[in-house]
This record gives sequence, structure tokens and C-alpha cells, in this order.
Amino acid sequence: MPDALALGWRQYRLERRMFWRNPAAAFFNFLLPLSLLALLGAVASGHQRDLNIIVPGIAGMSVMTTTFIALAHNMTALREDGVLKRIRGTPLPTGAYLGALAANAVTNAAVQVSIVVVAGKLFFGLSWPKDWLELIVFVAAGVVCFASLGVALSHAIPNSESAPVIVNAVFLPVILISGVFFDPKHAPGFLRDIAQALPLKHVIDGLSAAMVTGRGLGDHLSALAVIGLWSVAGIVLAVRGFSWEGHRS
Amino acid sequence: MSSAPAAIEVTGLRKSYGTLEALRGISFSVRRGEVFGLLGPNGAGKTTTVEILEGYRERGGGSVAVLGEDPERRSRELRARVGIVLQSCGIYRHLTVHEVLSHWAGLYPRPRPVAEVLEVVGLTDKADERTRRLSGGQRRRLDLGLALVGDPELIFLDEPTTGFDPAARRNAWDTVRSLRDLGKTILLTTHYLDEAQALADQVAIIKDGRILAQGSPQELGGGEGERYTVSYVDGAGRRVEHRTLDPTSLLHELTGQALARGQRLHKLSVTRPSLEEVYLELTGEHAAGSETAMEMGPLERATEAGGPPATTDPDSPTRVTADA
Repeated sequence: MPDALALGWRQYRLERRMFWRNPAAAFFNFLLPLSLLALLGAVASGHQRDLNIIVPGIAGMSVMTTTFIALAHNMTALREDGVLKRIRGTPLPTGAYLGALAANAVTNAAVQVSIVVVAGKLFFGLSWPKDWLELIVFVAAGVVCFASLGVALSHAIPNSESAPVIVNAVFLPVILISGVFFDPKHAPGFLRDIAQALPLKHVIDGLSAAMVTGRGLGDHLSALAVIGLWSVAGIVLAVRGFSWEGHRS
Repeated sequence: MSSAPAAIEVTGLRKSYGTLEALRGISFSVRRGEVFGLLGPNGAGKTTTVEILEGYRERGGGSVAVLGEDPERRSRELRARVGIVLQSCGIYRHLTVHEVLSHWAGLYPRPRPVAEVLEVVGLTDKADERTRRLSGGQRRRLDLGLALVGDPELIFLDEPTTGFDPAARRNAWDTVRSLRDLGKTILLTTHYLDEAQALADQVAIIKDGRILAQGSPQELGGGEGERYTVSYVDGAGRRVEHRTLDPTSLLHELTGQALARGQRLHKLSVTRPSLEEVYLELTGEHAAGSETAMEMGPLERATEAGGPPATTDPDSPTRVTADA
């Protein structure tokens, strides 16, 4: 019998193929953040201080779309369509399957952040990241955090039709207050407090340090701690609420 | 009786959802190579039973062995030997039929060639079609193909033809028969009597979480000492129905009397009890049906061991009923 790793790799390749065949997924995961980057970058063109906020902001948002949004949508659809149940009846090991789904999201996050970094260097006046390790650490922490929160949120979504509404009701306010598009220093105090309690702002702070300011990991331990707490909560909720079957069946 | 171990052995199986007792202690066994039909109305417990056997649900009590293993352990080895067709189940919409089947084949240790599976389920023409473009019937055939591609010894079919048109049903039946000819063991659930009658070697009638009767369709339909129904329309236009174990002498008597009176027995018919009658009787599904059905004598319940119903009361009086 082929071993679990080979089966997981097989499933991963299938997930990749399906990703590119699904126009909606390709749009939300790639085109949306990149066109926002192009648009905002063009508007802010010449204002390096704004660009220094927008580029890491879009990088952070990319981590969230490729993991949180994608998994909340996909897990809901796979569960409600019965694909999860069908997969469960095959010899594909559970770990190999879920690992492939996660790896698919991680691939998208890595590709997307890479594109943003390259675009930042080529078009938006940023240098290459000053601290690659910090960049990797914060992308990885963001991926774990938002992936688990996305899976956890999917448990609360009753069906595929309501998924976009629920996901965007969470996603849009978070990106607005977390400093994706503007410097959050100008936001009202209570919004800043909420943003401080949420993980995205801390991911963006870390990415900004890695890409722009060059302040090291040591200055961002509290940011990592907040992301870590959300990750733990996300993982616990993702695992505890997990269901292989839809509500309809 | 075969000495080979049974493909499925279920003893005293129980399952509750909250306060609802879905299964109240059912027992049956499925021999290797046979088609076993679980027949019952919606909500009888059929799907709960197969989903326990498939490893999707945990049982509340009793013992279960599928190909000698406890399905609750969900071993990969067992899953590789079993094919499952669920009632309604989605599949990757953006892949072609061939892509989905060959991916599935790769999940099993000893798959059948994809081309062969496409042939068996009649989707060769649709191999390069995206699955979302398939019709409902074609999607059900793909479901079956996905269950077959791992070359399982045992196949679960949960209501395989619900929603099919008559031609598609016949095709599906032919496929099930060809699977049996390949030596597969098949457990199918259905609420269609004709399907159980046409396909199953053994049938268990299930309702409210209990097995009411069990046996071959022929045995259930009567077997030893079966009661025939003789019916005709008399001179006054009334429909008359008699039950008897000895239709020969009853007919002789009836026709003799009629001839002596110079009357004719219109629409005279002699019918053997069908599985349908037994089913309607046992499940109470005929409640809204015709009065004649209500008038049928009580049929014997299955014994605890689940054997075929033994006919008693051979001298039960014949009845005369008037159609409204």
C-alpha cells in the first residue's frame, strides 16, 4: 500500500490542479490582493511613507485571504457537498488528506507573499526584505493562526450559500482596522484597541518590520504572543468542532 | 449453508440519537457473494445501519463484523476492501470524470483499471467531461464508479436508484447483477419493493429500528404453504376475494357453483402473495391504501432469529369483501 506521505502528496497535487480550475478561488486568492496592491500602489505612487504601509499591509492581507478565507469557504463547501464524507470512506489517511488541504493553502500564501515582496521591490520603492528570517517567521505564524481560525469558522457556517456573507463580515472589518490600507495611528482609539487584540495587525507589524523598518524579531515578541494565543484558540476550535458530514444529510 | 465466514455479521445492533431509538437491536448476516437488501420505509433505520457498517457512525450496542473486522476501528485495510455509494454526495466539480476516477484509483492498493470502470458504469463517453456537467443519473453512475475503482470485495449501495427514471433503474439493476456475477458481496438499502425483489438474494424488512421479517424474496412472499388470493367480480358487480392454501379445490368449488347457477366469474384471478403484500402488511404502509389491502389476514411476524415467516392458521376462513 502506498504510504501516507505519497497519498498526501497525490492529494496535494490534485488540490493544486483544482485551485487553478476554479475561477472564484483564483480570483479571491490571487487577483484580489494583487489588484488592490496595484491600485493602491498607483494611488500612493510617489508617497513612499504610504507605500511602506500598503505593501506589508497587502502581504498580511494575502496571508489571511489564502488561509482564513480560503479554508472557511472550502471546508464549508467540502463538508456540505459531502466530499469530506466520501473521502472518509476511502483508505486515504485523515492526516494525509488534511495535510494536503493545509499545504495547498500554505502554497498559496507563500506564492502570494513572494509576489508582493517582488512587486514591492520592483514597483513600489521598497528594498528587498531586511530580515528574511523574520519575514518567514511571521508568514508562518500568520498561516498557522489564520488557517486554524478559518477551519474553526467553517464549523459555524451552516451552508455554502451563507459562507461569503459570514466570512466577509469577519474579514472586511478586520482588514480595515488592522492597517492594511492606512496607518492605524490615525484611527480612533477604540478601533486601535480592537485591532491590538486581533491577530492581523500583529502579523502586519511583523511583516512591516521584516520588509521595511528592519526592526528585529526581538522587538515583536508580544506580537508573536498574540498571534500564538489566537492560534491555540483556533486549533482547539478547529479540532473540536470538526465534522465530516454536512448539516443537510 | 456455506462454511465461509460471513461478509457481514450483525448481532443485537442498537443506536440512539438523543431520545430517539433509531435501531432497537437488529441482527442479520450477509454471506459472501450474495446481494442483501435492507428494505423499509423512509426513517426505518436503513441508512443508520449501513453507516455503522461503513464506519461512519458508532453503534450504541451490539456487535458488528464487516469482513471480519470491527468497522468502528476504521482501519485502512478494511476501507480498501469496501466500496461505498452514499445517498447523496458531491464530488470535485472542476475535474473530469476520468481525473476523479484515476485519483480515486490511486488511493487504493489494488485498483481496477479506470477504463474498465468507465465501461462498467457506462461513462466511457463522458470520461473527459467535467463532473459538474453530468446529469443526475450520470453522477450516480460516477458514484458507483468511485466505489468500484478500488476493486472492493464488499459494496454498500444506499438507495442506489432513488430518483432514477425507469430505464436508468434497469441499467443500474443490470450493473448490480454484473457485480454479483463478479463475486462481489452487495448490501443495498431500498424503499422500492421491486428493487429488492429483482436484485436481492436475501431481504430484511426493517421498520422503526426493528427487523420485521427476513428471508429470500420467495420465502417472504409465501414459500411453504403460501396463501393464494382468488378474486372475481360476482353477478351483482361486487368484488369477492378469497384466501386459500389450496387454490385448486377452491377454484373447482367456485367455478362449479357458478356454472350450476349459470353465472360467470368476471375478472377471475389467482395470485400468489408477493413480497409487496408482505411488506405492506408488515410495515403498515398500506394504511392509506385500498380497503381490500386492509382486509388481508394478519401475517406472521418473523421469529427472533429472523427466519422466514412460518405460515400458520392454514384453515383461516375465506373472506368476502365488497368494494366501495
